[in-house]
Amino acid sequence: MKKALSLMLALVMVLALAACGGGTQPATTTQQPDSGSASTSTGSGTSTASASASGAFKFGASGPLTGDAAIYGKAVMNAAQIAVDEINAKGGIQIEFNPQDDEADGEKAVNAYNTLMDWGMQVMVGPVTTGSAIAASAVAYNDRTFCLTPSASSTDVTANKDNMFQLCFTDPNQGTGSADYIAANMAGHKIAVIYRNDDAYSQGIRDTFVKEAAAKGLQVVYEGTFTKDTQTDFSVQLGKAQSEGADLLYLPIYYQPASVILQQAKSMNYAPIFFGVDGMDGILTMEGFDTSLAEGVMLLTPFAADADNDMTKAFVAEYQKRYGETPNQFAADGYDVVYVLYNALTASGCTPDMSSAEICEKLIAEIQKTTYNGLTGENMTWSANGEVSKMPTAVVIKDGVYVSA
Amino acid sequence: MEFLSYLISGISLGSVYAIIALGYTMVYGIAKMLNFAHGDVIMVGGYISFCGMMYLGLNGWVALLLAMAVCTVLGIIVEGLAYRPLRQATSLAVLITAIGVSYLLQNTALLVWGATPKVYQSLIPLTDASGAPNALRLMGGRLSISYMSLLTMAACIIIMVGLTLFTSRSKMGKAMRACSEDKDAARLMGINVNTTISVTFAIGSALAAVAGVLLCSFNPTLMPTTGSMPGIRAFTAAVFGGIGSIPGAFLGGLLIGVIEAMAKAYISTQLANSVVFAVLIVVLLVRPAGLLGKYVPEKV
Repeated sequence: MKKALSLMLALVMVLALAACGGGTQPATTTQQPDSGSASTSTGSGTSTASASASGAFKFGASGPLTGDAAIYGKAVMNAAQIAVDEINAKGGIQIEFNPQDDEADGEKAVNAYNTLMDWGMQVMVGPVTTGSAIAASAVAYNDRTFCLTPSASSTDVTANKDNMFQLCFTDPNQGTGSADYIAANMAGHKIAVIYRNDDAYSQGIRDTFVKEAAAKGLQVVYEGTFTKDTQTDFSVQLGKAQSEGADLLYLPIYYQPASVILQQAKSMNYAPIFFGVDGMDGILTMEGFDTSLAEGVMLLTPFAADADNDMTKAFVAEYQKRYGETPNQFAADGYDVVYVLYNALTASGCTPDMSSAEICEKLIAEIQKTTYNGLTGENMTWSANGEVSKMPTAVVIKDGVYVSA
Repeated sequence: MEFLSYLISGISLGSVYAIIALGYTMVYGIAKMLNFAHGDVIMVGGYISFCGMMYLGLNGWVALLLAMAVCTVLGIIVEGLAYRPLRQATSLAVLITAIGVSYLLQNTALLVWGATPKVYQSLIPLTDASGAPNALRLMGGRLSISYMSLLTMAACIIIMVGLTLFTSRSKMGKAMRACSEDKDAARLMGINVNTTISVTFAIGSALAAVAGVLLCSFNPTLMPTTGSMPGIRAFTAAVFGGIGSIPGAFLGGLLIGVIEAMAKAYISTQLANSVVFAVLIVVLLVRPAGLLGKYVPEKV
């Protein structure tokens, strides 16, 4: 009797919580592959890619569809789906696309990778974030699976792994790019840096930035740090930056702590120029975020949605039609990745009945000969160590949208 | 002047820690258990008030009351289902159960609200209609204290004084102190121990809801893990001040907040955490019961 009562109470509690959620279901279900051919994995127990019966290449992808960095993963998968649908509509080579959630967590990324290999993945789009990519790349290297990550920017992702390639620029490149841009356009400013010192991404960009800034004679007056545990209160760091007279705040961090910094700076009446890097991308699409706080924020990104070329215009229009929002840089990266892979597969004469290891060797050779013009840059080329060559450009947020600076 | 503004940001952060620590210390003092799920009740409080404001269109203060009501019920249910059956079990079993409840709450929140951070609207808007910060300006505008900080400090003091009066003056408070000293003797004296402990949890959880709303007003991003780190900080604060002691939790919270802010400002942001915990170790070496642990005649 007592037990039954306990059970009932537990049920009531769960239901009550569920009711509170209302319309805010996590959007994990929107990512199912909707390509016409059903994903029949034919239950083969082996983990090596078996030939696809439907005559289509199997593209697997892993990225955070839930969690702190979900905005990145969703953007990549949404845009990759657009590219896949466009390619399939052309006829000829067909692609099956299977996105998996890794919550930007290394361990889950390895699980996602294994799930995809069981499904029969031949080429991988991703992983989307650096930590996941480092973890999954070790397994992918041993399996000989070709990976092109849209956005994992650390050099550790590609180091000593000939099958890993990046579409985004590397962390050191972002630090250099920021220093170059500030030196060229805002040289007289006093700069403060707030970065997260327990995060390889943030620390990496800051290290190069500070070195390059010193070489270019920029004045860095204050450096403040925080960690994952202390990313809730920045009032002291901001107060210090303000009292040192900094009028440019460089933020090589992700958008979530950046949104806290913007709010706290506002409440302190401190209004320097905020300058972010690609991790700042996504801040405008946070639920409930007051976009007026981000007015005038500058960031470094290879993609501006207002760029005046046909490819960007068509992509932005399609993305807005499907998902109701303006695509960010990660979406553009995801779109480009699918086309780079498609072009390389076509050019190297790969067929859907080849194994993932055979495809991997062909693509490693092919991608180093490739020159690609995409949404995120002209004349992209790849070196043997997996880095892409293209240059970042700066945008500024005006009235809630990116405008070329 | 800068010193004062760092001091104030330390005190307002410390006040939030202190309110959370009061909840820890109440439950520890009376039920003699560490309720590690306390931090997650804070998170639930934050989400409930967020839902109240965003989806039901409630005023911030009404949403706060709603969050307090829901958290109170949640606290009573958790105590009744998870902790009451273990009343006679070893304290380790209860501790592990509390950690389990903490994970249950976090993952339920993950299911219900998803993990994408929600941006919380501060209880007092950041800026007034004309766009100027909502802050008290002193000394010719050189020192500004936001109304949110003032509210937090006031709430902290009111809650501390209220709890002290409640435990020392009211009949229920007397029952709580009796349970704290000796549960079996209290039962023999006709005190309903289970009810008393339930009331303790109800009060602790209502405080957690207040702390959740204040915490989210400072740190506007709300995630299922929002409560866990402040929870640990506040637990540290409760131990620092002497766990089981109400003024101790208050003092511990404030000191941790101020030391953290000062270490960030004058030593190094990189070393701030190390400094806080180094001070904690030194204090515990000198006073193993915490700052006020020994001097409170009856542990509440």
